[in-house]
Formats: sequence, C-alpha cells, structure tokens
Amino acid sequence: MSLHKEPHPDLPPPMTSVGVIGWLRKNLFSSAPNTVLTLIVAYLIYISAVPLVQWALIDADWVGDSRDACTGGGACWVFVSVRFDQFMYGFYPESEYWRVNLAFGLLVALMVPLFLERFQRKGWLSAFILFIYPFIAYTLFYGGSLGLKEVETSLWGGLMLTLVLSGVGIVASLPIGIVLALGRRSSMPIVKAASVVFIEFWRGVPLITVLFMASVMLPLFLPEGTHFDKLLRAMIGIVLFQSAYMAEVVRGGLQAIPKGQYEAANALGLSYWKTMGLIILPQALKLVIPGIVNTFIALFKDTTLVLIIGLFDLLAMIQTAFTDPKWLGFSIEGYVFAALVFWVFCFGMSRYSQSLERKLHTGHAR
Amino acid sequence: MATEQPSGSAPAKAALWRRPVFRSTVFQVLLVLGVLGTGYYLFTNTLHNLEQRGISTGFDFLSVEAGFGIVQTLIPYDETYTFGRTFLVGLINTLLVSGLGIALATVIGFGMGVARLSSNWLVARVATVYIETFRNIPLLLQIMFWYFAVLQPLPRPKQSLELGGTVFLNNRGLYLPSPVFEPGFQWVAMAFVVAVIAVIFMARWAHRRREQTGQQFHTVYYSLGILLGLPLLVFLVAGSPLAWDYPALKGFNFRGGMTVIPELAALLLALSIYTGAFIAEAVRSGILAVSHGQTEAAFALGIRPSVTLRLVIIPQAMRVIIPQLTSQYLNLTKNSSLATAVGYPDLVAVFAGTTLNQTGQAVEVIAMTMGVYLTISLTISMFMNWYNNKKQLVER
Repeated sequence: MSLHKEPHPDLPPPMTSVGVIGWLRKNLFSSAPNTVLTLIVAYLIYISAVPLVQWALIDADWVGDSRDACTGGGACWVFVSVRFDQFMYGFYPESEYWRVNLAFGLLVALMVPLFLERFQRKGWLSAFILFIYPFIAYTLFYGGSLGLKEVETSLWGGLMLTLVLSGVGIVASLPIGIVLALGRRSSMPIVKAASVVFIEFWRGVPLITVLFMASVMLPLFLPEGTHFDKLLRAMIGIVLFQSAYMAEVVRGGLQAIPKGQYEAANALGLSYWKTMGLIILPQALKLVIPGIVNTFIALFKDTTLVLIIGLFDLLAMIQTAFTDPKWLGFSIEGYVFAALVFWVFCFGMSRYSQSLERKLHTGHAR
Repeated sequence: MATEQPSGSAPAKAALWRRPVFRSTVFQVLLVLGVLGTGYYLFTNTLHNLEQRGISTGFDFLSVEAGFGIVQTLIPYDETYTFGRTFLVGLINTLLVSGLGIALATVIGFGMGVARLSSNWLVARVATVYIETFRNIPLLLQIMFWYFAVLQPLPRPKQSLELGGTVFLNNRGLYLPSPVFEPGFQWVAMAFVVAVIAVIFMARWAHRRREQTGQQFHTVYYSLGILLGLPLLVFLVAGSPLAWDYPALKGFNFRGGMTVIPELAALLLALSIYTGAFIAEAVRSGILAVSHGQTEAAFALGIRPSVTLRLVIIPQAMRVIIPQLTSQYLNLTKNSSLATAVGYPDLVAVFAGTTLNQTGQAVEVIAMTMGVYLTISLTISMFMNWYNNKKQLVER
C-alpha cells in the first residue's frame, strides 16, 4: 500500500523567477554583460532625459504674449502659442479661418464612417471623398463664388498648405498610378515600355529637382502668356513624382493576386476592363491600402520641400517666424513644435497602416 | 458512323475592331502619336519661349567662366574656372556627402536594428524610440534643426570648444588635424595593397580547406593582423614618414588642418540619423524573416551562438536586408539634394541653383542634374537585379 496516494501540490515558483524581480532578472540583468549594458544605458537616459524634461516642461513658460513672459530659463512655448494661427493657416485672412476649419471638419466627418465596421456603403462614401469632396474643398479654400471672398493661393500656408499639398498629391496620383501599373503589366510592348520609362524616370530623380523643374521649366513648356500659379506648378510636380511611386505600390497588389483570378475572369469571357474593374482591382487595391498609407506618410514628409521653391508650408512658416526681430533665438522651440506636429501625423498613420496590414492579411499574400 | 463533327460553316470571324491584335496595334500607334505630338508641342513652345526671352541654348555655357566661389571644393577651383568645373565640383560634393552618409547610416542602422531585437529590455526600448522618432520627422526639418538650431549657435572661433588642443569646434565648422604624407609613404601604401591581396588569397584558401576538411580557420583575426601589421612594419622601417598638420587660431579663424564645414556636418548628421532609422527597420525585418527553427537547428547541432549568428542567421537575413539596404542608399543619395536648404554646395545647390540663376539655361541645367541622379539610380537598380537573380539561383 502506498502512503502517497495524493500527489504533492506544486511548490510555488521561486521568488526570483516571477513578478517584478523575475522580470528584472530576465530582461535587464540576465548576465554580467547585460547588467553592465543596462547600467550604462540607464545612466545615458538619466543624463539626457532629465535636462530635456526640465527644459521642455518644468522650466518652460506657457502663457504670455511677448518674449518678456519667458523668464523660466527653459523652453519658451509662448513663441509657439503667439504664432499658432500663422503656423496653422499661413497668411490666410483671419476672418476666413472658418472656411478652412469647415473644410477639414467636413473631411473628418466624412472619414469617420469609413472606420466603422457596421457602415455598409464604404465604396460610395470613398468615391464621394475622392471625386466630389476635392471640389467642395477647393470652393471653400479659394472662394470667389457662392459669395465667398476670393483668397489667393499665395496666402495659403502653414499646416493647411501641407495638408492640401499631400491630399492633392495622393488623390490625384492614385488614378494615374493605377493606369501606369496596369500599363506596366500590359502585354502590349509599347505601352509597357512607356510605363516603365515614365515610372523609372520619376523614381530615379530627387523630388527637389522635380520641384525645380516644375517651377522653372513648366512656364517654358507652355505657350507664351499661359499664367501658372506657383502652388499649381508645385502640385503638378508632386503629382507626377508621386504617381510613379503609387504605380509601384499598385503593381505590388496586382502581382499578389493569384493567377487563377485572371484565368477565371478570362474563362467567363470578361473583357480586359471588366476583368480589371470587377475582379482584379477591387482585390488588389484592398491589399495595397497599407502601402498607399505608407506612400502618403512619405509624401506628407516630403511636402516640406516646397519651402525651397518659396511656398509657405508649416516648416516654412516656422522658419519665417525665426526672422521676426521680436522673437530672435527661439529656433529650437519652433523646430520641436514642427517636429511634434509631423510626428503625430506620421506616427498615427503608420500605426493605422500596421493595424490594417494585420486586419487585411486574409490569405492572399503568398 | 460519323466520327467527324459536323463542321458546318467556320465560326464567323470577329469584326476587325474586336480582334485583340488589331486593337492593341491601334492603341499603341495612338499612344506613340500622342507622346510624339505632346513632345513636339512642348519642344516648339520651349524653343519659342527661349527665343522670346533671349536665352541661348546648347551646352556652350559649360566652357564659360563661372565667376562665383564655392565654400567647399575637393578639386582645385576658384572664380576663374568654368561652369563645367562647377558641375564637377557639385557632383564630387554630392558623392562625398552620400558616401560618408551611407557609411554612417549603415553603422547606426545595423547597431539599432540589432539593438531593437536585443533581449535587454532597456536597450530594445531605446532603439524603438530612436527608430519611431526619427523615421516620422521630415528629413528637411532635421537638417534645418541641426544646422540652424544646433551648429549655428555654437561659439565663435575665439571661444571654440576644444579637445586636447588638436580638435576644435565652433560656428565655422569642425577643425581636425590633417595627415601630411612625406616621401617614403608610398611604400606604406604599397604594403597595404600587398596585405589586401594576401588576405584575399588567404580567405579563399581557408574557405577551400573548410569545404574539404571541415577545419575552421580564424580568417578574421589573421586578416586584421596582416592588414594592420604589414603596413605598420613598413611604416616603422621607412622611418615614420607621416606628420600631422594641426589647426591653429590665426586672426579671426583657424588655419591648417582639415575643416568640416557646418553645412556638411548638419547634412551628414541628419541624413545618417534619418536613414539609419530606416536601415534599422530593414535589418530587423531581415533577422525576423529567418525562421526560429534555423537557430534551434543550429543549437541542436551544437553550434555556438556566435557561430550560429555568423554562419546561419546573417547569410539568410542578408538576402532580405540587401535589397532594402540598396534602396535606402539610393534614397540617401537622392535626399542629399536637400543640401541646398542649408547651403552645402552639392550638385543641386551649385549647379541647379547658382549656375541656373547665372546662365538662365534651365532646360540644359535641369536635364544634366536629373541625368546624374538617373544614372546613379539606374546603376544601383541594375546591381539590385543582378544580386536578386544571383540569390534566386542559390535558393533551393
């Protein structure tokens, strides 16, 4: 007869392998070199983060309306708050700010249903945003009709211009990019060659030379006397450049669609455009949404380059503010603010694109 | 018994415009006509406009005296040289900043990419914060930050920050001692070349021996020994034919030594930190792409972790990393054109900026500038295709 019928209850794990101590041992102090590394890094963080927090938050001055308010010795955020409107709207007349707010508010309101699972008519809504909304936004921004005061594009600036440039860049380059991607995969040799040359040309040159070209050479290309707005010239350059990148993103999606889909469409007797429009593109475009968001992030950062050809985007407005004799010497605050704005947009979008990637990973990718 | 199908009449031929061959021919002819027509239209417009504005055409301006100075030139240059020479100076400056940037970004990128996967929580966090911060801030903003907010407010030459009396940092740049080669140094250079050749032969021999016998040979240590030892030996025998030229404060500025102008420093910092973040992501994705089973299999065979990393993980990860790495190098080279924002005299600033303004020959200047970048890009893509094909063949 065994005396030990009941098994012993499990002993609790040793103190040193669970809880906070266990975590610390496992992740920070697992070996002697690791411990040394942890201590060095911790020290480096300590000597860099403490002065940073001190400067940016503790010693900083937040309220006031002139540089005299900055007495704390830390960051002078008053500089940013005084000029905040200019950073957002550029030289847009103050009485008309509501138009910009309304246009962007409308966009946000239109976009919200796209993120709701239950909303059914996403296709129609996207089409509305892509094809109708730009005209509404243009009417609001530029005015000149419906009793709205006309606002020259030279007055547009700040974050608003950054958003307009990147928005136009993405919306206009999408259809061109789709056509180019289809062209690159076409069986017609000349169409294919033309698409490849176009795509590789724009992808091979830096955006800044494209902008130079758009601002210097476009007026030469067109008949004498054609007047061209500076903003429009920059937009044309950006769209040409961006459509080449978009084409490559879409091509990635087209290639990810299994061959059986093409063959099935052919077997059903669908024409080329019906095959593409009804079978291939809806699947391919869904696959490349994360890629499109990533190109949008790149474009959003690249729009800062327009300051070199003399447009006043967010970065250019901040750069201009430094030259104000009343506010000399606050460049670090200005750059940090700009960096924060760009970072929030780009990081948010990249997180969104990553979550989409996980959600859309429905087995097509192979 | 009729085995033949009743043939009847042959199926009616489709109408001409419904046949794919006809359609595609018409479509392509139309495309060619459209492209040629647009090209001709733009060309005549341009010619007309240039004539109206009295701008000359052609590349004769390349042999005209430029008449402006350039802050940093690696080849002899002053105001009396031609516009052709400014092109060359700009190109060399672009290549300089790209080359240095690529080297720095690779070091930062590999370090941070590996650090992000570190088992040390703190190190991994720091790398993540670095990558997510610098990837999401526009490059131009970073260049301007380093230039206008960090380097320009540095003290004047008289109050320079110094390191041991040999290295000086002020708002005019970073001053370093420069080497002066004395006669006899050519022997050291030759010894170095001999060492490189010897190392190549030794590596081949070691590889062959390992294939045949399985014996390991510490190529890395021996290579380092030969590469450093042989030139050093010759250097000592030849009587140390090398002197240093130290920078010294003369009047209002430093003379002698090597100068890194602040424009170059700002550009280099921004380019390498920004691109380094992207390279780090490429490295991380490459390492993660190697299945964990590979590591486990290597451990099961009793291979040590360091050797596993070197012989199992890295070769497979490189297949994923190299294509992304090349495209980042290409981006860095193209992004170096942002130099114009802080006035570093690269190709775009010197040639598409100053030269264009002085000559007004926009078409030629922009075409040449774009041509340079296109050549670089296409060369690198060709290398990429070659590399991909080579790797595909190796794959089983």
